[in-house]
Amino acid sequence: MSAPQTPPAGARTIGILGAGRVGTAVARQALKAGYEVRIATSQPAEEIALLVEIMAPGAAAATAAEASGSDIVVLAVPLHKYLALQPALLAGRTVIDAMNYWAPTDGELEVFEAAGRTSSEIIQAHLSGSDVVKTLNHIGYRAIEEDGRDRGADTRRALALAGADDDAKALVAGFLDRLGYDAVDAGPLAAGRAFQPGTEIFNASHSAERLQTILAADREPARS
Amino acid sequence: MELGAYSFGDTQRNADGSLRSTAEAISNLFEAIVLADRAGLDYFGVGEHHTLEMPASSPGTVIAAAAAATKQIKLGSGASIISTDDPVRVFQQFATADAISGGGRVEITAGRGSSVETFPLFGYDLKDYDVLYAEKLDLLLALNNSGTGNITWSGTVRPELNSLAVVPRPVNALPIWLATGGSAPSSVRAGQLGLPVSYGIIGGAPARFAPLADLYRRSAAQAGHAGENIKVSVAALGLIAPTKKEALERFYPGWYRLNVEMGKLRGWPAPDRRQFLAQADAPGAYYVGDPDEVAERIVDLHGHMGHMRHFLQMDIGGLPQEHLLESLTLLASEVKPRVQRLLAKQ
Repeated sequence: MSAPQTPPAGARTIGILGAGRVGTAVARQALKAGYEVRIATSQPAEEIALLVEIMAPGAAAATAAEASGSDIVVLAVPLHKYLALQPALLAGRTVIDAMNYWAPTDGELEVFEAAGRTSSEIIQAHLSGSDVVKTLNHIGYRAIEEDGRDRGADTRRALALAGADDDAKALVAGFLDRLGYDAVDAGPLAAGRAFQPGTEIFNASHSAERLQTILAADREPARS
Repeated sequence: MELGAYSFGDTQRNADGSLRSTAEAISNLFEAIVLADRAGLDYFGVGEHHTLEMPASSPGTVIAAAAAATKQIKLGSGASIISTDDPVRVFQQFATADAISGGGRVEITAGRGSSVETFPLFGYDLKDYDVLYAEKLDLLLALNNSGTGNITWSGTVRPELNSLAVVPRPVNALPIWLATGGSAPSSVRAGQLGLPVSYGIIGGAPARFAPLADLYRRSAAQAGHAGENIKVSVAALGLIAPTKKEALERFYPGWYRLNVEMGKLRGWPAPDRRQFLAQADAPGAYYVGDPDEVAERIVDLHGHMGHMRHFLQMDIGGLPQEHLLESLTLLASEVKPRVQRLLAKQ
């Protein structure tokens, strides 16, 4: 068995809110990359101890407060439960919004149906003290563990990210790189529209170059 | 190992691709269940979906009819969307079918469903998704476990029952399974409740579900549940034909059509044939092949998950009925003896 990789510069601890398919897949991939991982749900930590031991060996079953104290916190709960996320716990944190609004599974939720804002902008408004970065929403939970490649590999998949704060985005870009993906900055949070469900980027695998091309084409109409 | 099939109903297509009638789809489904029974399959699961393409919306009705027309096959729902139904009605329908079957052949599989079409259809609010499921499951279990049939229950999502009779009583308590697409918390829930669990595996390597089955069993043990109710079944996509080539050719058009429709709904990219072919070979999720291959792959998964029942959804996207019937026949006559032989060798 190989020794764990040394923790990367930048983020060292990853908190994950949600222990479903996405949450546990991100946890396993982050553990492989050498991060310290804490998983929390709405249940007490001891209630999910067995789940974490089996589904993400090496991660810690944590309270929401403990997981929220991590360098990066990944939101992986069903979107319709977003109001249960506690803004005070996440204030000052870099938060990855890996969630999507899918009416066929979430049902039509008024706040997300209203035109104008992307789902991540609504999450950012709820978590007003946090730096929300939208990414990991446009890769399937199975692919998270299957598609990662070392830096410089020929066929490395890229993931887009969007957010207001450059430092937070740099931190998240470093995390994506360690997970095995090139990170492509799409711009402010509203630019995440280009990789929501129903777009060319959503759930399809692209290289960094191709992703940049698609994102540039997407910005074009706004300029004219 | 029990082998079987499940179906949401599969509306046939005309040569120009347009949909034929949903009534025909239900009558085809009935014909398939009767054939599966005569061929010697162990299980058939029905519904619940509510779309023009997949119209098996009333599992209890189909199962009652099938109970009268079959002799040995077990019949269940796959799954009953209890969140948006009345557990009293679901229980009565299945207990009635159980009586018609002679007793002991009818099961309920309770699930949330992978889509939410039943919420507007029956006037429920998606905001109540979790509480509806938790409370209605609780009531369904209370109905089933009651010795006398006099039920007292109260909750927030339906009027209380104050020592009311719920009849007929099943010959024995109905097996009630929990269906899940493979989330860890659902596996824990099934284990803690001491219910058998049914995993729907529709993509990726099925062996990935091994830790979930382990989590389920250990959660059950931790909660003090043991015995024959702690068991795992696997529902997956698949089709058997005399040769692998024929199986692929028969299954692909319906698979493609279904994925185009799902993609439109959920924002997925268009499906492609390479994806399909990758999933249709080991270690992929589609049990599409000749009897030898399908038998070997079922036995291989058994080594990972220890499941006691493996059942396949064969009819999707307008699969011609004769291909469904041939696949069911091959599953019973060719795959089943091979699976038994391979398992006996271990």
